[in-house]
Amino acid sequence: MTVFLQNLINALQWGSFYALIAIGYSMVYSILMLFNFAHGDIFMTGSYIGFGVATAMIALSAAGMIALPNWLILVLTILFSMVLTSFLGMFIERVGYRPLRDAPRASAAITGLMIGIILETGNLILLGAQRIKFPALVQPVTYDLGGVFVTNQKIMIVVVSLSLALALHQFIRRTKWGMAMRAMAFDYLVVPLMGVPINKIAAMTFALGSGLAAAAGILFGVAYPVLDPYMGIVFGWKAFVAAILGGRGSILGATLAGFILGFIEIFVAMVFPSTLRDFIAYSIILMILVFRPYGLFGEPYSVRLRL
Amino acid sequence: MRTSNDTQNTTRRFGRMRDFFQEVPLLGWLLGALAAVSAEKFAGLDLAHLVDLPRIPVLFGFENALKKPELIPGTVCYVLLIYLAPALLAGRLLQSPANRLAAFLSGRWPAVSIAFHLALLYAVLHTWSDVNDYRLIVVKITLIAVMLTLSLNVINGYMGEFSCSHPGFMALGAYAGSIFTIVLFTNSSMYGKALLPPAIGPYLYPLALVVGGCVSAVGALAVAIPSFRTRGDYLAIISLAFTFIVKSLIENLEIVGGPRGMRGQPDWSNLPTVFACTVICVGVINNFVRSTYGLALNAVRDNEMAADAMTINTQRTKMIAFLFSAFWAGVAGGLFAHVLRYVNPGTFGLQQLAEVLAMMYFGGLNSVYGSIVGAVSINLLSEMLRPLEIWKWIFIPLLLILVMIFRPTGLIAFREFDPLRLIQSRAKSGS
Repeated sequence: MTVFLQNLINALQWGSFYALIAIGYSMVYSILMLFNFAHGDIFMTGSYIGFGVATAMIALSAAGMIALPNWLILVLTILFSMVLTSFLGMFIERVGYRPLRDAPRASAAITGLMIGIILETGNLILLGAQRIKFPALVQPVTYDLGGVFVTNQKIMIVVVSLSLALALHQFIRRTKWGMAMRAMAFDYLVVPLMGVPINKIAAMTFALGSGLAAAAGILFGVAYPVLDPYMGIVFGWKAFVAAILGGRGSILGATLAGFILGFIEIFVAMVFPSTLRDFIAYSIILMILVFRPYGLFGEPYSVRLRL
Repeated sequence: MRTSNDTQNTTRRFGRMRDFFQEVPLLGWLLGALAAVSAEKFAGLDLAHLVDLPRIPVLFGFENALKKPELIPGTVCYVLLIYLAPALLAGRLLQSPANRLAAFLSGRWPAVSIAFHLALLYAVLHTWSDVNDYRLIVVKITLIAVMLTLSLNVINGYMGEFSCSHPGFMALGAYAGSIFTIVLFTNSSMYGKALLPPAIGPYLYPLALVVGGCVSAVGALAVAIPSFRTRGDYLAIISLAFTFIVKSLIENLEIVGGPRGMRGQPDWSNLPTVFACTVICVGVINNFVRSTYGLALNAVRDNEMAADAMTINTQRTKMIAFLFSAFWAGVAGGLFAHVLRYVNPGTFGLQQLAEVLAMMYFGGLNSVYGSIVGAVSINLLSEMLRPLEIWKWIFIPLLLILVMIFRPTGLIAFREFDPLRLIQSRAKSGS
């Protein structure tokens, strides 16, 4: 039982990374109907930007310019990096996706893949191939809850990611901008006729998605403090799987599917040899999709497929 | 005023150049290329020393020019003298006999004419790759890439799905083919002594490739059957999951070497075999997509419901397309394994997927031409830019993004590939 609970907590942490990245994927996917294959690399870039911001702030406070406690540095790092990465996301949308809005969707997918490669390579050129250690901002404290060990890092990661997901959900449900986004997901041909600035909405979608990916990147850096330029690839593709598994355009579905993917991976590794993890995880996903071909929360849609 | 005049002059000059070479048929160009590569074979080294190059430039001198800029003039001279001059001269000089021969052959025996062209093409490739081993590997890998790209185009281009399962198909073919040859014809540490005399191996090698293709086609059922109920993005995920599953399965099967991979494949993927397989693949796929099956694929892509109403059996069509495409991907995988003589599951991952998708969409959807052009150009480009090291991975993606922005369906999309038109005489009427 304790083993189960322990793994449950690990799975919650692992799933929150997937969930945060999958939300960004799912938003872009539902609103613009395209695969943003660069998203995993935006996650990676966000993590590196967070590293830069955190290092700069630690250096500043060590030099006595500003006196900040570590937790405040972490909060500021997350906020700053989210903003900076949002600009990166908007730039990518402007350069790589907007010119292709009426092109076949697969072409935009290829652009995304290529932008991802450019981000990885640019990172390699700028910082070299050595792995980078993320500065330790949170002193780990372990709580013992009847044999189950919980660190404050894990609690923070799960709480931060859940509250970000919830905030986004509220934003999309309650605000006018959110309504515009939902409308665009519903029918992007009619929406501009209603006076909704679709270019602004598209840019905002990318900004929000990239911001969440940056948050995931920093949280990942806190939990596993070693960064390398290719860490986004696997995360990106798995988040893609989670986003589709959740169903088209469902923030809730993407979050849930991210956690489900995390749970499957952790629990498969608990029961079976860990080399079988991918095999079993993807077999389960394949089965889910065979029986629910439109994802968990998705509906069959008859919109023109522009592949 | 002056610039517009200049532009006009340039256009006119290029126009005149084009007129000058307009009537050279494919046969003439092949003969010209043969002249160029023969010139390189017999005089290449001497000329290279004459223009201060240490050795024959491997891929048209790009690697020299990018690494050591002082070699650029020599390289330019070399390329002009060895490749361009003989090819253009021979092509132009042989224009009228080549035209007459092409007209004669394609008028009487089109099959003979095609065989003759293919033989010439093979001679060109053989002579060119004879100069060193690196070229040979590049040619083989490029030909295999043509097969892969073309088979991907059947699903992604002609049927309009976004399939990510090609690395998985390739892995199945590579492993099945390797097991076939290693178990039957070689004494290996993994599977013991050869079961059949190794001498007959090379003759049964095509069978190994076919076995690889068939295993891959059986594996494709895992993607084809779900495709009845779903399409588009969900099928993309299913096919992606298929790739991950195959890779993970191979990693966990100790009997095929697990993550360490498998080595010791006999060296039977020589240039004639790879060339023959590629030619057969291009021919068969080209005939397939121009047949009623191919048209049915297009109908399913454009509107599945309407296709169904027009009495097309959509399930059967999808099934055939997936199995057919997977078969050729498997054959390509088998060849690939025997070229490198080593496979490991890591080869067939996301990197391979990105590569083959890039080649296909760069070349063009729904087009045999496009796939050939895409595979050859991306492969050669990535080999030629090798001296740029890491910057290569900035330039190639940028190029692809630009192509996607300015030609969203790829360079040569929706073009029919008609070999008979390609080889006919280009002479203006009256000759």
